[in-house]
Amino acid sequence: MNKRQLGRYFPIFVLPTFAAFCIGFIYPFLHGIYLSFCTFKTTSDAKFVGISNYVKAFQDPGFLHAFGFTALFTVVSVILINVFAFIVAYVLTSGIRGANAFRTVFFMPNLIGGVILGYIWQLIFNGILQNYGTNIKLDSRFGFWGLIILLCWQQVGYMMIIYISGLNSIPDSLYEAARVDGATRWQTLRKVTLPMLMPSITICSFLTLTNSFKLFDQNLALTAGQPGVAAAGGTTVYTTEMLALNIYNTFYQNANTRGVGQAKAVIFFLLVALIALGQLYATRKKEVQQ
Amino acid sequence: MKKIIALVLAALAIVLCFAACGKKEDTPSVYYLNFKPEQDGQWKALAKTYTEKTGVPVTVVTAASGTYEQTLTSEMDKTEAPTLFQVNGPVGLANWLDYCYDLKGSKVAGELTSEDFMLTKDGHVYGIAYVVETYGIIYNKTLLNKYFASDFATVKSIDALNNFTALKTVAEEIQAHKAELGVDGAFTSAGMDASSDWRFKTHLANMPIYYEYKDKGIGSTPAIEGTYLDNYKAIWDLYVNNATCDPTTLAGKTGTDAETEFKTGKAVFFQNGTWEYGALKKDDSGIGLDDAEFGMLPIYVGAKGEENLGLCTGSENYWCVNAKASEADINATLDFLNWVVTSEEGTTALADEMGFVSPFKSAKPASNPLVAIANEYIAEGKTSVSWNFSSIPSETWKNGVGTALTQYAAGKGTWQDVVTAFVDGWAAEYKAANP
Repeated sequence: MNKRQLGRYFPIFVLPTFAAFCIGFIYPFLHGIYLSFCTFKTTSDAKFVGISNYVKAFQDPGFLHAFGFTALFTVVSVILINVFAFIVAYVLTSGIRGANAFRTVFFMPNLIGGVILGYIWQLIFNGILQNYGTNIKLDSRFGFWGLIILLCWQQVGYMMIIYISGLNSIPDSLYEAARVDGATRWQTLRKVTLPMLMPSITICSFLTLTNSFKLFDQNLALTAGQPGVAAAGGTTVYTTEMLALNIYNTFYQNANTRGVGQAKAVIFFLLVALIALGQLYATRKKEVQQ
Repeated sequence: MKKIIALVLAALAIVLCFAACGKKEDTPSVYYLNFKPEQDGQWKALAKTYTEKTGVPVTVVTAASGTYEQTLTSEMDKTEAPTLFQVNGPVGLANWLDYCYDLKGSKVAGELTSEDFMLTKDGHVYGIAYVVETYGIIYNKTLLNKYFASDFATVKSIDALNNFTALKTVAEEIQAHKAELGVDGAFTSAGMDASSDWRFKTHLANMPIYYEYKDKGIGSTPAIEGTYLDNYKAIWDLYVNNATCDPTTLAGKTGTDAETEFKTGKAVFFQNGTWEYGALKKDDSGIGLDDAEFGMLPIYVGAKGEENLGLCTGSENYWCVNAKASEADINATLDFLNWVVTSEEGTTALADEMGFVSPFKSAKPASNPLVAIANEYIAEGKTSVSWNFSSIPSETWKNGVGTALTQYAAGKGTWQDVVTAFVDGWAAEYKAANP
């Protein structure tokens, strides 16, 4: 079968997937953007209202707070997760005994769902905080660090696997050459290992960045946004509420806020896309070809 | 040519894939989106009986606890949308008004014992209450009698316990002598976990709303003044300071925690309602209360004339028929409802299996001692407190009050925060819901 003949059958192979992609992704996506300009109770019954939803979204102090909280959370968690994952991967590839057992153990938290993890850690944190007469839902600092600990615990193992495979793929010849040239361990790490590991760093920072930014179920289960602070104008700002949870809560606030929730979701999408692409660009530049 | 055939085949394959999803039944059918997870099995059984008798298919789907609004929103979008669903009162009705069929003159509306159980707007009947519930402060008679009989008791009988001052005295004396009475506290833990916080941010919050509405002679308001918030504070303080646990631990206490404390006799008072009977009565392992041990007090908050007040009785469960369903489905739904509230099978299921007090003419009495107590108050001529919390502008308002209450109890926030969330939050949420 030559290329021309193959080309004839192109629709048979592509159309079903393409149709599924359109129905399952493109259409809901475009419809979602359309709905962000509407008021609606059910999605099939929408009324166009222009950009008022976006105006309301930016006037919501809870949304702005959620944005700041999420940004801070993302910065801290991306750094901590990647540093810990790299350290663990580095130690486990340096030939210590029982490396495989450790790998399995570190990876396991990843297999537990976010909501369950949230409740489990809530019990753990509250078990400790109880001795000091407080609770994770009473102080936003506890909520913040609780979420960080929870996410690190969950994600370090996964990122570790990526770093381990990255470390294993660095050819020994490079290390040998470095040794012959008299490089110290620190120099080898900085000048050989890290540059060669850039593809893994790219993928890991991408994953942690988007995961942290889009965090929802852990947030819902661990703090549910508590504690809330009464803000001016009678709205309550939930101090540990992240963007995704804020959008969810807005959507179900009442029948008039669904469009606002939808508008927030579109803004959220743009933010995630922008940040993720920017980060990809920045780390890709540092990758080296063998 | 081959290319065209290929295209057609591919298109056909896709169409066939999706054709299976969009099949529409020709016979009229009923689809009930049930709100109460506790009664899921009973509704399904009842639907089956109805289908066997009439041949009309009845589907019952129950939304998971706390997700009714979400489930309803997505189900309503489907071609096979629910023909029968629920709203929780005027606020819920405002959300779904376009979808509510006018039930005026329908048989099932005619079966109601009083027009008070209709959810109306502008002269139209959009909802029908199918269960009437009552809440108050449930107490353990054995433990309370033990207190009355003890020498440190100032209040000596249940008849004297008919106002806030008496309740406060009793609670504080029980708390002070909890070891002698063998309890951990006067009240169960006022847990502010999501499984329990509705008892305070909704049901207890009803008290200041009720008194303010009564003074003004209104049934809803765009802006609450909070004239009875001091009373709200008094009762909340009483709950948290005379409980089985330290106020700082309340944020994590659940509904089951409070249930267990009451059931095992570790607390004397438990603010909850008639629906709680099943969870509190003596279970197979012999833990729990005998029917004769149940007592229920009105929620006293120190307002004028509260001696003549009864329990809080009302409904937040209204049946609505989907106006956007086909004519045949609407009629089938109305027939089904009528059958449920009039037939032997239907009334038995409502009263005995689901344990509902239904406001219908042919309803059977429920076998629930808490319901019997509620009826005694009415027979004594006490005024029932109406459920004004159904006029609360939104869930968001409740959550705001809830988080402020939690922090106030833990000493992290001030009472002023609760007042702000209550008063300013009401105005803000009312405006958001009624632009």
